[in-house]
This record gives sequence, structure tokens and C-alpha cells, in this order.
Amino acid sequence: MSSSSHQTPPFFKRGPAPLVRLVFFVALSLSLLFVDLRFRYLEVLRQAIAVMTYPLQRMAYGPVAAASSLGDYFTSIGTLRGENTRLQRREIEATTVSLRQEQLDRENQQLRLLLDMKQRQPVKGVVAEIQYNVRDPFSHKVIINKGSQQDILLGEAVVDEQGVIGQVTRVYPFQSEVTLISNKDQGVPVRIVRNGLRSVVFGSGDGQLELRFMATNADVKEGDILETSGLDGIYVPGLPVAKVSSVRRDVAYSFARILCTPLGGVDRNDLVLVLSPREQLPPPAVDAEKVDKPGKGRRARK
Amino acid sequence: MQPTHTSSRILLPVKPWFIVVSLLFSLTINLAPLGKVPGVPDWVALAIVFWCVREPHRVGMASAFLLGLVTDVANASLMGEHALAYVLAAYGASTLSRRILWFPFLQQSMHLFPLFLGMHVTIVLVRLVAGAGFPGWAYFLSSLSEVLLWPPITYLLLLPQYQPVDKDKNRPI
Repeated sequence: MSSSSHQTPPFFKRGPAPLVRLVFFVALSLSLLFVDLRFRYLEVLRQAIAVMTYPLQRMAYGPVAAASSLGDYFTSIGTLRGENTRLQRREIEATTVSLRQEQLDRENQQLRLLLDMKQRQPVKGVVAEIQYNVRDPFSHKVIINKGSQQDILLGEAVVDEQGVIGQVTRVYPFQSEVTLISNKDQGVPVRIVRNGLRSVVFGSGDGQLELRFMATNADVKEGDILETSGLDGIYVPGLPVAKVSSVRRDVAYSFARILCTPLGGVDRNDLVLVLSPREQLPPPAVDAEKVDKPGKGRRARK
Repeated sequence: MQPTHTSSRILLPVKPWFIVVSLLFSLTINLAPLGKVPGVPDWVALAIVFWCVREPHRVGMASAFLLGLVTDVANASLMGEHALAYVLAAYGASTLSRRILWFPFLQQSMHLFPLFLGMHVTIVLVRLVAGAGFPGWAYFLSSLSEVLLWPPITYLLLLPQYQPVDKDKNRPI
């Protein structure tokens, strides 16, 4: 063994070279990305991290909530001042309506509407509050303040007093993530109220919805109301979803381009109703011929 | 170590707990529910890049990867999306660290602009491949705000190391 092949030990232990580490971590992130995108195997890891970061999240939520309650506080001062004015000037008592009262009235009205909807629907629901829009600029999702501890289940429909706003796509212990119907490629099976035409409406990613794969001569007009058809087994039939805002028929394409505006609003309110899952639909009729066939040949192939 | 290599002032060594606290604090600020305001800086990225430039042997790609995973969960984005971007940013920052410490703070931030921009481009590319829509050019404004925040953040995070060794009771800092 010649002395030249003998490597001197390094003075400082620094682990693998930066480029090696870079390749390792990039490969790790790419494989995580792939696994998450294709198989969704990582929900357990996600749950664990979410539970661990929940205290931090509450801490971050604190100042924002404090700011809004500070706003409420100053509104109350405004109310007091208004009351004072009212006492001094009795003649305008009826006309001075404080901002605070207005806000409470609106909230009350919203709650009543929600309760009314609950009575109309045969399914039960949980009233939840929208905590915040998620930061991710690529998706339309919100976080609500009820989770698996409050019996929220995956896939439940979320509505407000005007219509469907989305679907629960992830459930954490104390929070859930709702994907809005305006999220890109989020589909809702719908029916046009005017003529009962069935289709599926997809989110286009910019706050609008799109009715895809409708023939150029399909009977769709501007102003048509779309409601859930209930064929999916998730949404209760008859919930208003969207209104057709523009229909463009171009003979160069085989399908018409139909854009719709969602009826339910997420920016307008912060109380929503999470509907509990509806009863299962009967299983689709199985082809009799397939069932009758003896399983021998199939098993052999497997 | 000095604030920049050209300065004659010697800094105290960094305290490891301060690195951890600053990283956790930046994560907390990132979790604040601000919605979709364009141009909000990514505080975690700023903190990671800062410590990778200042202390490349203490903070590196491993911590960037872990913080990226946590950010992914909190943002409800794809698992590994921010992890990838932060790892690339950490690598870039630690390779830049030998060079950019010779420059004053403002020129340092100019060096870092391509780094932050590249980080956001990575995130956009990953999401576009995964099938999301383009978020609009305003999304890249946050790299600009990160660069603008670099000098004040540097000053703020170096503040504990500016303290003199022999403490003078009549002087606050």
C-alpha cells in the first residue's frame, strides 16, 4: 500500500458535502411531492404536524383576533356616543342606529337563515365559523373551527344561507379544511333549475365556475340557476350552487364556454353550516352477466 | 465574526437558542391568517436564508426541509413544496455566504434577490406541474418585499451579538 492512497483524516467533521446533501434533500422533497400528489399516503404525517403546530397557530391567530376585537371595542365606544347623542336629542332617537347593532342584526339574520335552511333539509348540520383563508395563493380553501372532535367527517358539504360553498377535504382534530367550489377542478354535479338539464360544474381557479362539456346547442341561458343534482351522494339535491353569467357559443369548438358565478359567498360571511353526510345511495346495478360468470378464469389471470 | 467582513467590529458568538427562537418566531408570523394579500414576505424563508448566510454550519438544508414541511401543512399545500423551495434557498444562501458578507447590507440584498425570486419560481413551477392555476404576477412581489426587508432583518437578528463583552450598567444595549 503506497502512502499516496492513504487519505489523511479530515481536521473538522462536517458531514457529507453540501452538494450531496442538496441532492438528498431535493430527492426527498420530490418523492414526498410525488407520494402526496398521487397516493395521498401522507395524511397521518400531516395530522401529526398539524397537531404539533396548533399552539403556534393559535398564537399567530391571537393578535389578528385581538385586532378585530379591538375594532369591536371601538365600535362599542361609537355605540355609547350614539346613545349619548340620542339621550341629548330625543327627536332623532329612532334614526340613530349604531353600527354595532346593525352588525348584530345582520349576524342574527344570518343565523336565522341558517336555522331555516337546517329545518328545510332533512340532514343535520353543524354551524361552524370560518377562521381564515389559507395562505396558499394557488388554491381556494378556508379553515373552519370545527374538526374531528366535533364529529366533522371527510367529504361533508358546506353551505351558507345562499348556497353551496364547498366540501370538507381534510379534517384535523380541532379544525377542518374546506375546499371551495371555485377551486380549480373542484366539481359539483348540478342540474339547471329551468329545464332539469344535468351536468357537472367545475371551478376555474379565478373565483368563477365553468360548465364544461355542454354541447354548443345546449339549452343554457344567461341567468339560469344551477342547483345540486344529488347524483353524487354527497350534496343534498336542490341546494343552489351558481348562476350562469355568460354563454359563449363558438362554432369552432364542439362545446360551449359557459361561465357561472357562485351564489354562496365566502368573503361575505363567516358562519357556515357543515351538513352531515346523507344516507348512502343504493349501489349501482351490477352487470348480471359479469356476476354469473364463474370466477375461475379471472382468478387464473390474477 | 464581524457584521460584514469589511467592518472592524467584532461580534459576540451567536447563541444557539436564539437561532431556534428566531426560526420558531418567523414560523409563527407566517401562520398569521392574513389571507391572500400579495407581497407578504415569507418570514421563514427570510430567517432560513439569514442564518444560512451567517451560520452555514449550524443552520442548513435539514432545518430548511423540516420548516418547509411544517409550512406545507399549515398552508394546506402539497407536502414537500415549500420543503423543496427552502432547501434550494438554503443551499444557495450557504454557497453565497462566503461572498456576500464582504458587501454592505444593501448590496447583500441585491445579491439575494435572484435567490428569493428563484424560490418563488420553484413553488410556482411545482404547483403548475401539479395542476394548479397561475396565481398572477403579483405573487412574485413577495420576493421584492423579502429583499427590501433584508437590511432591517439583518440588523435586528444581529442585535444580540452587538452587545459588548463587559457590560456597562449605564448603557441599555
